[in-house]
Amino acid sequence: MVKAIIKSIKISITSLLANKARSFLTMLGIIIGIGAVIIIMAVGASAQNLVLTQIKSLGTNLIGILPGHSEKESPLNAFTGFSVTTLTYDDAMALRDKKNVPNIVDVVAYNKSAGTAVWSLNSYDTNLSGITVGYLKVEGGEVKIGRFFTREEEKNFSRVAVLGSTVKKELFGESDVVGQRIKIKNQSFEVIGVMKERGIVAMQDYDDQIFLPIKTAQKLIGVNHLGLIRAKIDQKNNINRAINDVEATLRERHGITDTSGKSDDFTVRNAVQALDMITDVTNALKYFLAAMAALSLIVGGIGIMNIMLISVTERTREVGLRKAIGANNSNILNQFLMETVVITLLGGIIGILLGIAVSFLISSGIQFFGYDWVFIISPLSIFLAIAVSTIIGLVFGLYPAIKASKLSPIEALRYE
Amino acid sequence: MSLIEVKNLDKTYYSGEIETPAVKGVSFNINKGEFVAIMGPSGSGKSTLMHILGLLDKATSGEYFFDDQNAKYLNDNELAFLRNEKMGFVFQAFNLLPRTTVLDNVKLPLTYSKKEFDHNEKAKKALADVELSNRLDYYTNEISGGEKQRVAIARALVNDPSIIFADEPTGNLDSKTGKQIINILQKLNETGNTIILVTHDKEIAKHANRIIHLKDGLIISDEPVE
Repeated sequence: MVKAIIKSIKISITSLLANKARSFLTMLGIIIGIGAVIIIMAVGASAQNLVLTQIKSLGTNLIGILPGHSEKESPLNAFTGFSVTTLTYDDAMALRDKKNVPNIVDVVAYNKSAGTAVWSLNSYDTNLSGITVGYLKVEGGEVKIGRFFTREEEKNFSRVAVLGSTVKKELFGESDVVGQRIKIKNQSFEVIGVMKERGIVAMQDYDDQIFLPIKTAQKLIGVNHLGLIRAKIDQKNNINRAINDVEATLRERHGITDTSGKSDDFTVRNAVQALDMITDVTNALKYFLAAMAALSLIVGGIGIMNIMLISVTERTREVGLRKAIGANNSNILNQFLMETVVITLLGGIIGILLGIAVSFLISSGIQFFGYDWVFIISPLSIFLAIAVSTIIGLVFGLYPAIKASKLSPIEALRYE
Repeated sequence: MSLIEVKNLDKTYYSGEIETPAVKGVSFNINKGEFVAIMGPSGSGKSTLMHILGLLDKATSGEYFFDDQNAKYLNDNELAFLRNEKMGFVFQAFNLLPRTTVLDNVKLPLTYSKKEFDHNEKAKKALADVELSNRLDYYTNEISGGEKQRVAIARALVNDPSIIFADEPTGNLDSKTGKQIINILQKLNETGNTIILVTHDKEIAKHANRIIHLKDGLIISDEPVE
């Protein structure tokens, strides 16, 4: 049995080599299809890795506290457009207290809005991030020029501002900034520092914002609630305990006696959940794109079937001759089936190599532009590509092969 | 003992309602070692008869025993096995594989054979028998018509058949090259091969030991050549 298969593979390869140009053109559909799948899987995996590493670089021992109640899996109320006003500056300060949450490192409270900053004749629309001093410890980030604001400045509504690097560039160009005064919403602010460039991480531009002490920012837009609190926990293992402490503290402060979580007017989420969610979304995207590329393999397969049918007709006399000199029906069936499988398998292997090469070029290109892009080829995608190309050969080769094997030897020999 | 035994053999082609009888109840025997020419004008049924004798086609009625086996009761695989092991075919149009070397063409029957031996040795020997040892690695489009037919004869010989069928082997060749091919067949017969030659050419048929003359599907004469 094995010997018979090896024999028909041998016959097929001899026959394919006798028709090199046609064999190659036939293969092209599979080469492109498999190549596309490999590239999409590789680029997808690398892009996913980039996003996940960026998020991880923010720290997986972060938890986020958002105002308003939400079911675990549904969108947060805060996303639906209503402002929920249940979190305050004092809540954030209470969470910072080690008596309440022993595993806390620091917290940062946010109140974000947008506005126009003006300096001399320049003006620039940007994000106004009201934050607490804990920002540097929780989010990371470094001050490049000047200094960050202090706890005192945060508490006594000081009109000081720290600029993101993009804002600095847009407003000041190359001029000195520290000590200059800018205007936001007709209020004057002293620039005390500029942050180091950080780029876009997880779809957030860290450089295009002005950092203000949170109370100053709240007063500027006339509110006194928070949009978000982020808390950094000392160790990943302590996250669940810290979440419980945070929930207990906030319930106590908000006078909520129900400990089931159903009456909470806030929501606690951790970075691990966010990572899982992003992984799910990007996986879905990756597999969807790969499936679209795989559709082209079906088109390629139909193309191969077409060529094989033409080839059977063209080689009717050859089939007749082979039968006359002793080939039986299964010899002929195996020959044509193996020819198709050899075409698709070889096409698949070339496609894999091409896909790897192109993915490598793409990742080299992206690395050249300074991204921390890792070149990833999963063994699973290679294995799948080989399996799929073999199956395509078997499926689309079967009909032409059956047709060839059923030719009667004299009809075939007479065929002109 | 007869290698071929034909009794009352009929072959009728059906095309819708129309019946076309091609061979109408012929009977004859052919012994091992004979060189028989089947002669007749076109449409006489000689090619049809050869296809049946060569187990490429089945008779409509009557009996055909090849090597004491009744062809009626053989299935497709058994027929393919007999064609491979016991028969060699030479066709008018050569029927060599294009874009393939002479040697590979001759080896072709061996790839379907269940016998174990060195394919290269065997094919080279068959090519030596037709004096083509100098053309082993040529492609079939690089050699002359006469050489092509010699390759076809080597291919027919390679698996040591009991019988060689040659269907108008000189039909596509000029008379001089045709003569060479016939001489090779004659030589093969002298060394013990049974040969059935189908032709419409009297001059060619004369080289056989016995001529069966067909007309309109019937044997009109069956006599030895003086």
